[in-house]
Amino acid sequence: MFTPHSDYDVEVMLKSIGIEKLEDLFKEIPERFRFPGLNLPPRMTEMEASDELESIAASNGTTKDMLSFLGAGAYDHYIPAAVDMLLRRGEFYTAYTPYQPEISQGTLQAIFEYQSLICTLTGMDVSNASHYDGATAAAEAVILAWHHFRGKRGKVLVSRAVNPQYRQVIRTYMQATDNLTIAGDDAETGLDPNLDKFIAQIDNNTALVLVQYPDFFGRIVDYRPLIEAAHAQGALVAVAVNPTALGILTPPGEIGADIVVGEGQPLGIPLSFGGPYLGLFAVKEPLLRKIAGRIVGETVDVEGQLAYVLTLTAREQHIRRDKATSNICSNQGLMTLASAIYLTLLGKEGFRKLSNLCYQKAHYAAGEVSEVPGFSLAFPDQPFYHEFVVRAEQPVDEVLEHLRGHDILGGYDLGEDYPELKGCLLMAVTEKINKADIDYLKGALSEVDHD
Amino acid sequence: MTEPTVFQLSSPGRHGFDVPASDVPDFTLPESFVRQDLPLPEMSELDVVRHFTHLSQKNYAIDLGFYPLGSCTMKYNPKINEVTSRLSGFANTHPLQPLDTVQGNLYLMYTLQEWLKEISGFAGVTLMPAAGAHGELTGMLIIQKYHKDRGDIKRKRILIPDSAHGTNPASSAMIGMEIVPLSSDARGNVDLEALKALCDENLAGLMLTNPNTLGLFDEHVEQVIQLVHAAGGLVYGDGANLNALLGIVRPGDLGFDVMHFNLHKTFSTPHGGGGPGSGPVAVCQKLVDFLPDPVISVVEAGTEEVAPLYGYAHPAKSIGRVKTYHGHFGMLVRAFTYIAMHGTDGLRDIAEKAVLNANYMMHRLKSTYTLSYDRTCMHEFVLEGVWKDLPGIHALDIAKRLMDYKFHPPTNYFPLIVHEALMIEPTETESLDTLDAFCDALLKIAEEARTQPELLHDAPHNTPVRRCDELKAAKDLVLCCYPLEELQK
Repeated sequence: MFTPHSDYDVEVMLKSIGIEKLEDLFKEIPERFRFPGLNLPPRMTEMEASDELESIAASNGTTKDMLSFLGAGAYDHYIPAAVDMLLRRGEFYTAYTPYQPEISQGTLQAIFEYQSLICTLTGMDVSNASHYDGATAAAEAVILAWHHFRGKRGKVLVSRAVNPQYRQVIRTYMQATDNLTIAGDDAETGLDPNLDKFIAQIDNNTALVLVQYPDFFGRIVDYRPLIEAAHAQGALVAVAVNPTALGILTPPGEIGADIVVGEGQPLGIPLSFGGPYLGLFAVKEPLLRKIAGRIVGETVDVEGQLAYVLTLTAREQHIRRDKATSNICSNQGLMTLASAIYLTLLGKEGFRKLSNLCYQKAHYAAGEVSEVPGFSLAFPDQPFYHEFVVRAEQPVDEVLEHLRGHDILGGYDLGEDYPELKGCLLMAVTEKINKADIDYLKGALSEVDHD
Repeated sequence: MTEPTVFQLSSPGRHGFDVPASDVPDFTLPESFVRQDLPLPEMSELDVVRHFTHLSQKNYAIDLGFYPLGSCTMKYNPKINEVTSRLSGFANTHPLQPLDTVQGNLYLMYTLQEWLKEISGFAGVTLMPAAGAHGELTGMLIIQKYHKDRGDIKRKRILIPDSAHGTNPASSAMIGMEIVPLSSDARGNVDLEALKALCDENLAGLMLTNPNTLGLFDEHVEQVIQLVHAAGGLVYGDGANLNALLGIVRPGDLGFDVMHFNLHKTFSTPHGGGGPGSGPVAVCQKLVDFLPDPVISVVEAGTEEVAPLYGYAHPAKSIGRVKTYHGHFGMLVRAFTYIAMHGTDGLRDIAEKAVLNANYMMHRLKSTYTLSYDRTCMHEFVLEGVWKDLPGIHALDIAKRLMDYKFHPPTNYFPLIVHEALMIEPTETESLDTLDAFCDALLKIAEEARTQPELLHDAPHNTPVRRCDELKAAKDLVLCCYPLEELQK
């Protein structure tokens, strides 16, 4: 379809090569398997494909058609038009990894600015050029810690209030690492925000302690005592963040985190059914040489002009091969660009306002929902950001089904991931939700009993 | 001209986006959590747009010109992909929505799984991996778990040809496998004798890129696979070079057990300046139960009147989840669009024209540049960027000089087994005129190497910046708009 060759071109080229027909190029392919004749639908023109894709897309229900309180790690924020218009520049999205700095300064400077913006936001010293998503960034933090102690510390503690999918991915990544135990997220340790039982498990065999901020339930916990306890044992601390919350919350860098990871999707990236998103990864200076993934640094060219290049590449797989600590060979290039544009557009005041607006609306919603008979907050005394847990007297699936009848996506059913929270719903509120929407939700919930 | 950073462009009091006012009563965040300082930039929308537009103009890109990076498959990224992947019905769906509200997404993913199985000749596919290297990790975990599941626990050895990408050994090492490099023979194939010597009860598998990074199809591929299988190992196929095989041969038919796809190479999803990629993994029948959890499947069969219900299946012996949610869905929409627009004949046409383009260029260049392996190539070929009688000229000089001719250089210094390698992959979307212009430039540069070598040594001349001091970058680390030294104070 996108091959420009005329019959004449093909003829000229075959002649130049010295063969008669295209098939002659494939004589080294075992004959019995050559030209299998794939069983695929007939090809479509662009117009037909466009119709087909529109019709597939139209069969979905979206967060535009429904009032959505779904969060649980992916959030429906407004994305300023300028973000996507800039991403659509072919100079950005049809470029490769910036291995040739002379003709990649655009990508390189954008990543450098992204790194700087993430450092500013998290209060950390050094950011890499990103990992795939929040979960894989968390797994890379575990790998970093494992290598930091040269495999001599055999325990990683992960809070049960860390996104269940992050915990699954960490276990997938580390399943072959003998002598490493991942613990701290069992039901016995529990979800108590005072963290006593969790902190008690930190010892001098602990390589890393991973917590989430705000946690998976939206709760804001003071991690200072935990970080002090971990550091007293020589362990590293990683904090998984929702970057939007850092508009109003003390950044993890200021309370002593060694590593910050997180899901960057809320920074100007569409929900897009789960990806592509953006894995934030930043550290304090002493860990700088332990980071996996690309990093851009400043330098000069032969004329002394300021320039940017990929640096510290001697850590990476294309140089170190089997001695590299990670195999990562890409970054979420275009997604880092989206978040850099987003953070710059919102800027100092805008980002704080946005963060605060999510906080305000979520608190109004939590108050309203908990006034409805049959519904209460599961953690009523705990500060939270823009997500909260609602306990329902009716089975959660019935509540969600009822809300669907009102075109409301009511939230995330926590029962499967957390047996102790069976009957509970995780609800997220962003700036896109209005007071009227929340009042409509309250009205719909009030009818649950009468169904 | 130097473009200031967003922090340098910032001016107090400016803003680029109006945040709506609150319409709910005030709530107060407890004082102990309140952030004191947030020094993000302050810029107007226009200044932000100009800044990033200026940056874009400092990039080379497929949309600007020929980008023959070997093993990267820098083909045209069709514009329609950018439209379909942004349709509201896709872009505004949350990954945790109820099944009945995302049947379109699940149908698309299920169908793409089926298409990728048909194209590659495998029995199962996961779309979850985020990139090629992530697919490798997934595939190697599957191989490892397969052996473990059979109680075959001492198999740790992974053979990797010396021509392989660095990700292959890195992916295997990440999960504690023992990597043994495998040499190539004089024709660029796997050295069969070396292979035989390493095939024993400790063998977990072989990672094979075929066509390999020399652009050569292994002439003994079936025998290689049989040897590994006979020793109880599995064969991992690195699908980096699948573009050459579409509709030509299916790796599954050849006996490969696992393979990853690079949707950003073979199926035209954009490289995005380094990502996001997408690296689905296909497996043979006996490995289907080990795929990441979940895979997309039909959970209720359809009838003539009712469409099937698509949902999530949980493979019985799954290696687990490798990322959040369902993979890089936006990339899957693009790849789906691309395959739909090609069909059986269109896919074969891609491979044929990619291979034709590479062979045409190789023939035009091989009398001027040394060709280490003079065979019919597949989608790419590797030249030596050096001449014995010109010791001062290196592949890097040739690469940089190409920029003066407004071309992106080929991949250089890879594969490692070719001296001063220049690895050229034209892809199928380039016209004869473009190929000729590029060959003319390379022939001219070979001439310049003799007559005016300083033109090569000093190149590039007309790029936004010239050769960069990479040693300085690594020595005086500045990784953030504030130098580390200041931070340390």
